[in-house]
Amino acid sequence: MNIRSQISMVFHLDKCIGCHTCSVACKNIWTDRKGTEYMWWNNVETKPGTGFPTRWEDQEKYRGGWEKDGDSVRLKSTGKARIIPNIFHNPSLPSMDDYYEPWTYDYQNLFNAPAGDDQPTALPKSMVTGEYIDIESGPNWDDDLGGSSLYAKNDPNLESLTEEQKQQLFEIERLVLFYFPRICNHCLNPACVASCPSGALYKRGEDGIVLVDQERCRGWRSCVAACPYKKTYYNWTSGKSEKCILCFPRLETGQAPACFHSCVGRIRYLGVLLYDADKIEEMASKTDRELVNAQREMILDPFDPKVIEMAKANGIHEHTIQAAQESPVYKFVKVWKMALPPHIEYRTFPMLFYVPPMLPVISSLDGEARKNMAEGLFPEFDQARVPIEFLSSLFTAGDGEKMRYVLKKQMAVRTWRRAVTVGDISKETAEKMLIAADCTIAEAEGIYHLTSIATLEDRFVIPPAHREEAIEMMDDPLEYKQHAGFGFRDKPTRGL
Amino acid sequence: MKTFNFVLYGIFPYIAIFIFIFFSIYRYTRRGYSYSSLSSQFLENRIHFWALVPFHFGIIFIFLGHLVAFLLPTYILSWNSDLTRLYILEISAFMGGLFTLMGMLAIFIRRWTNPRAKIVTSRMDWIVLTLIMIQVLSGLGTAVFNSWGSSWFTAVANPYLMSLLRMDPQVGFIAPLPWMIQLHIMGAWLTLFLFPFSRLVHILVVPNPYLWRKPQMVRWNWNPKKRFI
Repeated sequence: MNIRSQISMVFHLDKCIGCHTCSVACKNIWTDRKGTEYMWWNNVETKPGTGFPTRWEDQEKYRGGWEKDGDSVRLKSTGKARIIPNIFHNPSLPSMDDYYEPWTYDYQNLFNAPAGDDQPTALPKSMVTGEYIDIESGPNWDDDLGGSSLYAKNDPNLESLTEEQKQQLFEIERLVLFYFPRICNHCLNPACVASCPSGALYKRGEDGIVLVDQERCRGWRSCVAACPYKKTYYNWTSGKSEKCILCFPRLETGQAPACFHSCVGRIRYLGVLLYDADKIEEMASKTDRELVNAQREMILDPFDPKVIEMAKANGIHEHTIQAAQESPVYKFVKVWKMALPPHIEYRTFPMLFYVPPMLPVISSLDGEARKNMAEGLFPEFDQARVPIEFLSSLFTAGDGEKMRYVLKKQMAVRTWRRAVTVGDISKETAEKMLIAADCTIAEAEGIYHLTSIATLEDRFVIPPAHREEAIEMMDDPLEYKQHAGFGFRDKPTRGL
Repeated sequence: MKTFNFVLYGIFPYIAIFIFIFFSIYRYTRRGYSYSSLSSQFLENRIHFWALVPFHFGIIFIFLGHLVAFLLPTYILSWNSDLTRLYILEISAFMGGLFTLMGMLAIFIRRWTNPRAKIVTSRMDWIVLTLIMIQVLSGLGTAVFNSWGSSWFTAVANPYLMSLLRMDPQVGFIAPLPWMIQLHIMGAWLTLFLFPFSRLVHILVVPNPYLWRKPQMVRWNWNPKKRFI
């Protein structure tokens, strides 16, 4: 066993209101530089929708992630020897047109325009070329199903639906959507790291954050093609790739990442998971349907004395182990089995999990919902407005049972709390529902607490980084006296 | 004229080689961030394939040909002793050159006509592109007008390069050559001279360890084996 710790995340989709505060917080801190204007390390997509970049889930086109190769896995794009013939032109690299050309407006024209008969306008101007452009699309162009006949209809997840289901989904009075906020998943088996010809991408040993070493990146762009979530971006000015850094400077000082901290709906949870790094290859090679459980199996019980002992032997700090025990992510993912990884079939083992949204599923039953509860306890999820196949295609590699399990549990907890606070449902019925949903009263209270009334400290359990023990601190500080310090000593300007 | 030739072919090569080695290392160690392929595929992805692929494969083929001719001249000569084989070698080399030329033309068109690609093309990029274009054209011209270069290379360029290596430059091998070949040789030294100051440095960081390393990379802030608590 090779125990490592990983900062992991849960996004509770049932609570996301799609306000994009996370995206803006991230953009303001990290990607307002030249060459990064088009990047959205954090973005919020509308589902059904094509996302950012357009149709990123279509791995026939983008060839991201891993594919099974006998007892092991291999990169779908350009792993190992296949990089050689493809290094001059990456065949699966998205271009700026798959994202959008960033623009600003010619505001000066409002002031400088010569006197005339009509109002001066601020024309859109490309932030790449500086020329005037016609905007055809932008980030989040399909927000709230905007242009759904173009975007939502082309959601790759709809492929798992029957024609009838698809038609129902787009009936005007039954239209339904939910939000899907995305950041880098800081995967356990990151395809971006495995694809980097320069070895510039790496996973930090202490917390599993995946970073790009800007000094070593040579701009081969393999990571952009290899990441199935398209969460590594190419900075066209500096000629280097960049990605979400999980705000590690904030994490190291005990603050939650900016997108987490600013989240209005408080949908985000962050905590430590302990996992067995020796199992990655074996688990990544399982069949699609086994993957969700395989990933859960890799995540270890931080209360198990054996695990604690092994973790300590592996150099994991006791404060980290303590944080792992209090981790909200551990509860959501492993104990309650409510949080699911996005597109686990890409085999990267994303460490950002989602509690699937419940509302669009049952709201279709409107008045009937209660009646259903009384009789069969649970509403018929298969009759729901968002077909269960759609959600399963996103979160369980098509396994509807796992999705039903989560929805049932959420439903049962909700009913239980209604029985407690409103009382128009009998506690017996609610308890029956809990039992049917594989849930106890204590568990239901725990889920309710963490979902609805959790404090900042409950949601973000950040282990101390203990930088005072870092390698650089083991060197003699006097040796570095009057030096320029660590890290960048030059301006990160484009090479000649 | 004699001194001029000596400066050009006897002294400048040493300067170029020195500049190449010194500044490439300097830039790698002290300004490592500036090493990048500076790809613009992201900005323009259509002509890119037809430009970059033929150019790179062509020029690598041609470069290897030059290298083999320099390192194994006797082998080339004995290969060329048969006329059919000489034709095969010359024709394939010429095809390689044409391939490179096609790529170069596409690169020029792409960088000039696509506004996005143009914006990321620096002055040095244009200089290097022009220089390589001159190399390709003069190389092809030499193949046409002063044919069987694969054979006479061993009698002219080899002794010259060897004399450079022996620190006893024999300019006499080069000075009487036709102007096109002289241009080609001069262009080579100039390219070497500009190498560390241009995007050409990406050649030095071709990713070779990638093929042997483990798929996943982990870096530690602290050495877990060296914990002092």
